[in-house]
Amino acid sequence: MENKTLSLEEQFQNRIDSGENIEAKDWMPEKYRKTHIRQISQHAHSEVVGMLPEGNWISRAPSLRRKVALLAKVQDEAGHGLYLYSAAETLGISREELNEQLNSGRAKYSSIFNYPTISWADMGAVGWLVDGAAIINQVMLTKTSYGPYARAMVRICKEESFHQRQGYEIMLSLCNGTEAQKAMAQDALNRWWWPSMMMFGPRDEDSPNTEQSMKWKIKKKTNDELRQQFVDQTVPQAEILGLTIPDKDLKWNEERGHYDFGTIDWDEFWDVVKGNGLMNEKRLKDRNEAWDEGKWVRDAASAYADKQAEKRAKKTA
Amino acid sequence: MLHEKLYDYLLHLGDNSMILGQRLGELCGHGPELETDIALTNISLDLFGQVRNYFQAAAQIKGGDATEDSVAMLRYEHEYKNTYLVEQPNEDFAHVIVRQFFFDVYHQLILNELMNSKNETLVAIAKKSIKEVDYHVDFSSTWVKRLGDGTEESHEKAQTAVSTLWRYSMELFKATETESWAAESRVGPDLDQLKSVYLERVSSILKEATLSLPEETVFQYGAKTGRHSENMGYILAEFQYMQRAYPNMKW
Repeated sequence: MENKTLSLEEQFQNRIDSGENIEAKDWMPEKYRKTHIRQISQHAHSEVVGMLPEGNWISRAPSLRRKVALLAKVQDEAGHGLYLYSAAETLGISREELNEQLNSGRAKYSSIFNYPTISWADMGAVGWLVDGAAIINQVMLTKTSYGPYARAMVRICKEESFHQRQGYEIMLSLCNGTEAQKAMAQDALNRWWWPSMMMFGPRDEDSPNTEQSMKWKIKKKTNDELRQQFVDQTVPQAEILGLTIPDKDLKWNEERGHYDFGTIDWDEFWDVVKGNGLMNEKRLKDRNEAWDEGKWVRDAASAYADKQAEKRAKKTA
Repeated sequence: MLHEKLYDYLLHLGDNSMILGQRLGELCGHGPELETDIALTNISLDLFGQVRNYFQAAAQIKGGDATEDSVAMLRYEHEYKNTYLVEQPNEDFAHVIVRQFFFDVYHQLILNELMNSKNETLVAIAKKSIKEVDYHVDFSSTWVKRLGDGTEESHEKAQTAVSTLWRYSMELFKATETESWAAESRVGPDLDQLKSVYLERVSSILKEATLSLPEETVFQYGAKTGRHSENMGYILAEFQYMQRAYPNMKW
């Protein structure tokens, strides 16, 4: 028995190593399945909770063009949530169960959404920095070993890179605008910079799952490598905007060919992960309210569908 | 004179879509499930897309510094010409759906007529919008049936929404001076003539949904001529916030 299991796992790993996708009906180690359910659903939850901080500005968008773009963006995020929930369902878990995990607080979602969006410039900064950081992670995931996840990511990445450009363009308009608009943009960068840096997760030495994730191609680069990539790509963009990144230790390191940067406040990171961010409670409360208040609606839809099916059955009988 | 009337008429058309779109936008991320969230956001998007078309045309008529945004966001409350119906709050999902349904059926009738308008801009906007609004009618009618003929609870909630919102329906068909001008000059439809088809369509869906219109209704009129409900000030406070707090800036 022992040998057979080992050999199945070996075969499985060989398939991944040779670049083959794993599909829903293929054999997979239980840990692979569980890890993927956790990761894909966390990702789906992040899309869905992520609708809230941006949804917060739909009614106050400063122009019709911006309002339409923001509505479309939040709608895209709901769509991403849907594909990702479907990808998670292929691993044998239901939407209801996933939803219950989110609403009860058992499942995690990206901590970045536990920060408040307090000005219009946050719609720019979130697109530019948060979507920018997300894309770095997600481009890597288009090559991940689990087929349904990888395919969902291809589509999501296309839309996310559009969102990022849109966010940057909001920042650009503000930075080409009045002093008040520039100040609004700088303030948003000041607030979103460090939380965005935290999106890549703990330092490599504090990230015990990295090795296994690399083996399964959920990860191709470590947290710290991805964070460096984010800094290197974002600093020149901030320079074009004429904004200052709030890190006094940030400087180009000729020898490394990368920017050096300051230390992340890991206490804040873990605090927010543990649920103590400004918006943690509100985000979960909003999700729970939407779900609970929607129960009678979902019940009505299924009762109606049953009645219609019954009518059709009677007709054909 | 003609231009002034046409400008006003564009506001009549645009304001209904805009205020309803704004109400739907408030729901984004709070729907009963992701699929309905997406659909309602989509309707809001369609409506704002139409608004931009109407108000770009309006801004052109107004000339000077006018833009779609100044037309949309820089008027006083009494200058908005939307009906009471669309400014009603998102009380619950039944109110959202019934409000949508009462408006969609009207909207579809109007756009069908506008496709034969003497005004080419309106014809073009109507032709583009009708496809979207056909879908809106389909969406809201289907949900009216689901809620009405779903569970006991959903029936009750849907019936309450019908009984509450019906009083705002007939304002859609009571022509203002501008709308009478539009009908006379064949720019827009004769609203009075559309009323009976509207009643037929609404009643037929409600019947399928096992819902009924209230027997006696005192209809409310006034929003279209600028006497809005208490809701409107709060809608505009959010809607105009950025334009008022940061005047004369580009976004």
